Amino acid sequence: MIKFEQVSKVYPGGFKALNNVSFDVEPGEMAFLTGHSGAGKSTVLKLISLMERPTAGRVLINGHDLKRIQRKQIAYARRDIGMIFQDHRLLMDRTVFDNVALPLMIEGYSLSEARKRVQAALDKVGLSDKIRHYPHMLSGGEQQRVGIARAVVNKPPLLLADEPTGNLDPKLSAEIIKLFEEFNRVGVSVLIATHDLSLIARLRYRTLTLKEGRMISDGLTEEAL
Amino acid sequence: MSVLFRSRQQGAQQVKISGVRRFFMFFVHHAQQAVGSLGQLARYPFASLMTMAVLGLSLTLPATLYVIVKNTDNVGADFQQASEITLFLHKDLTAQEVQTFAKRIDLSPEIESATLIGKEQGLADFRARSGFGDALDTLQENPLPDVLRVIPRENYRSAAAAQQLLQQLEQEREVEQARLDVDWLERFTAIVDLVRDAFLALALLLCVAVVLIVGNTIRLNISSKRDEIMVMKLVGATDAYIQRPFLYTGIWYGLVGGVITWLATAVLIMWLSGAVRDIAELYDSQFTLTGLNLTEMAVVWGIAVGLGLVGSYIAVRKHVTAIEPQ
Repeated sequence: MIKFEQVSKVYPGGFKALNNVSFDVEPGEMAFLTGHSGAGKSTVLKLISLMERPTAGRVLINGHDLKRIQRKQIAYARRDIGMIFQDHRLLMDRTVFDNVALPLMIEGYSLSEARKRVQAALDKVGLSDKIRHYPHMLSGGEQQRVGIARAVVNKPPLLLADEPTGNLDPKLSAEIIKLFEEFNRVGVSVLIATHDLSLIARLRYRTLTLKEGRMISDGLTEEAL
Repeated sequence: MSVLFRSRQQGAQQVKISGVRRFFMFFVHHAQQAVGSLGQLARYPFASLMTMAVLGLSLTLPATLYVIVKNTDNVGADFQQASEITLFLHKDLTAQEVQTFAKRIDLSPEIESATLIGKEQGLADFRARSGFGDALDTLQENPLPDVLRVIPRENYRSAAAAQQLLQQLEQEREVEQARLDVDWLERFTAIVDLVRDAFLALALLLCVAVVLIVGNTIRLNISSKRDEIMVMKLVGATDAYIQRPFLYTGIWYGLVGGVITWLATAVLIMWLSGAVRDIAELYDSQFTLTGLNLTEMAVVWGIAVGLGLVGSYIAVRKHVTAIEPQ
């Protein structure tokens, strides 16, 4: 599903964020990406979501070399990737409905079709009663779940999450991870970047560990620790 | 079509919308975005109205100048006697010779009509109008010559052509003196030309200014929505989709600005027409200013919308593409 082939990324100014990184996430797999801040987790996610281009090596999604994706196609490629952020990036002046419906509106859904989909997505994250609320009326955990609903509303085959539990307490974090597990169970590939080792310690998932731009371990959670 | 997952269908394809309906939905979405951008403008009514007023009032000056030029053109058309040539004939001609000459001139191709005012008639007119009747009685003989009033044909009426015709007529044996009030006509044409050129230059400058003002306002709109644009790009919005509401904003600026131009021009013309009437009265003329007609109003509106659109297009081309998610 996601394949990195000897990928290096040097930012303008000379900072080497990734150094010869190779890994492969299978379709339907759920994996964690860990490492200290500055280890290169965000860079990996940015390369997958086409926010950055690799300096060397190849990034492939579903066998497609991202180098071949032209600037004009980036928007369409991103529609296949559900993205979740630590700061959830909701539009604060729009209702929960408008936020979740945004990807559907962009794809040209009719309002009635979008309504069904949004309702289904909010049901999944347990927020169907908050559809008319504004994000600032919700708690941090709820805001994050709205972000997740927005990421899954058009049923992308791939989910990327950048520190999705960064601002949440352990109980809420576990709920969020449970949500990801549910999506993974229906065949969605999930890659979660987190530095919260206590969160993944209890779970038996594949964990990719980065340190100073290098991949230092790749295996089950226990082995990584 | 999905770029990364060939088998995956997207959006309208996935929910199986027919071609007709998709075509219809295209307009529905455009209408939604147009109304949406109008709603955005209504949220900051004062700021929006200021931009619209700048656009509208900037166009008012060229529109008013245009009205004035149009009206002076009408004046020019009214004063066709400006290129009327007066021929004073030699006194020693016989009545027969005068008649023949008048007929000959009347028939020449450059001339529309030639009217003979005989010396007796001239004297009678002069007596009636001048009030010197008694003094004229003391004269032994009629001091006035026969006069031929010549009106050239349409294409000989311009200042230069009339001047040439005058010289040609002066060569005639029967003519003692020919007169054309050509200086006045030349000055008048020159002034009209000057006003027209000034109007064009000013209109051009103001149009550029309007484009820059709208462009800058839209640029500010874009940068105030930077975060929103980033989020939209992250969830897969194309540049075209993000640009559309801003382009509609430019169109709204133009639509309302155009109406402001109509109103301001009408007020300005109304205000000027008093002064114009006074001048017209001094010249013993029935001249009144006519404002913009329907076609011209439509053109003004079109220009306003066009400028709003061009201004916003320049801004979005440059600034929407520049915002990349981080």
